[in-house]
Amino acid sequence: MPSLDDLKKRISSVKSTQKITKAMKMVAAAKLRRAQESAEKGRPFSERMNNIILNLSQSISDKESASKFLVGTGKDKVHLCVVITADRGLCGGFNTNICRKAKSYFEKILKEGKTLKILTVGSKGNDQLKRAYNNYIIDKISFKGMKKVSYKEAENVGNKIIDLFNDNQFDVCKIFYNKFKNVITQIPQEQQIIPIESLKKEEDKKSENFYEFEPDETEILENLLPRNISTQIFKAILENAASEQGSRMTAMDNATRNAGDLVDKLTITYNRSRQAAITKELIEIISGAESL
Amino acid sequence: MESDFKVEIISPEKIIFSDNVKMITFPSYEGDMSILKGHISIITFLRPGIIKVHKSDQNTIDFFVEDGTVEYFNDSLVILSASAINLKDITKEFLEHLSREAQEQLKKENITDQERYILNHKLDTIKEKEFKLS
Repeated sequence: MPSLDDLKKRISSVKSTQKITKAMKMVAAAKLRRAQESAEKGRPFSERMNNIILNLSQSISDKESASKFLVGTGKDKVHLCVVITADRGLCGGFNTNICRKAKSYFEKILKEGKTLKILTVGSKGNDQLKRAYNNYIIDKISFKGMKKVSYKEAENVGNKIIDLFNDNQFDVCKIFYNKFKNVITQIPQEQQIIPIESLKKEEDKKSENFYEFEPDETEILENLLPRNISTQIFKAILENAASEQGSRMTAMDNATRNAGDLVDKLTITYNRSRQAAITKELIEIISGAESL
Repeated sequence: MESDFKVEIISPEKIIFSDNVKMITFPSYEGDMSILKGHISIITFLRPGIIKVHKSDQNTIDFFVEDGTVEYFNDSLVILSASAINLKDITKEFLEHLSREAQEQLKKENITDQERYILNHKLDTIKEKEFKLS
């Protein structure tokens, strides 16, 4: 049985933890609004980009000579996985969910006897993955200390991937990130960016648009596809930022509530043991008086 | 108006411009290009230069771009560019920084003719703007 003093200390310590989690929740809520806004603002760009590439790839007649980014190297040997996570913890299952998704994919790749290469963006993912897959990690990028990640950073990551690809370092590239659905749900995503996943069949009917190209299709594609990679990465980073804040908000909300429950429980124990002590003293006095 | 069509200039971070306009002139890769309503569907990309948006005969808005992609389809024009910036917001320092960067890149030996072409255009545009600003 802890003493009254111990209980008192514990109650006050839980209360101060609660204050911290509450503050973190507020901060996350404010940041979430901003992050969500910029994720939504970023969507039109990547959607349009996809649209243009869709139209372009359909009007390309000669698939053989098409860009490597579109059709791939023709091999399926080396997989590059870009795992995009947050730089900070205390956001519930956010980082773990991405890593779990990525790990199950890694296992599949390794089982099939293919070569795995990992590029981590964000330090938390690197921390989690280096325990089991340190040998596969070829590079890590972190935006720690940066207030806001802009397109420039995404472009740097994209250029790194493109350089590796031009160097024939890998055949297939996938990115892992969390898609922001709403504050309580974030869905871990796996998206293939090189070669571009075979575009949906149902959109075939749209291919009746005839475009004029200047210069020709292949040249535009050569110019556009590398840019598309940076765009996809930037989209993933924006979605991730919104998801991180959402996830942190829910996690901190839960923590605040749990702390409240704990304080209630401890207060009851405290009151009970105080009452028990009083009762004990009373009994001692009464039985002492009776024996006289 | 009847001869208006929709123009959107979109950067990865936000929609920079979205309105109905009469005509737009932009520096396409192979030369300047103007588009009016009813143009054939076209996809092209940009070299560094100035986009001129003519909202009406007198009212024009200028944007500086370094690169980008243009799609015109069904009377709606979309410019995707990571570097579009309204000419009014451009400062002299920004231009100087750009011009220094471009000059450094030009000095490198391993650049292709294509890159040289783009960089030279960039420098030309910058110089012209610097002249106007000063």
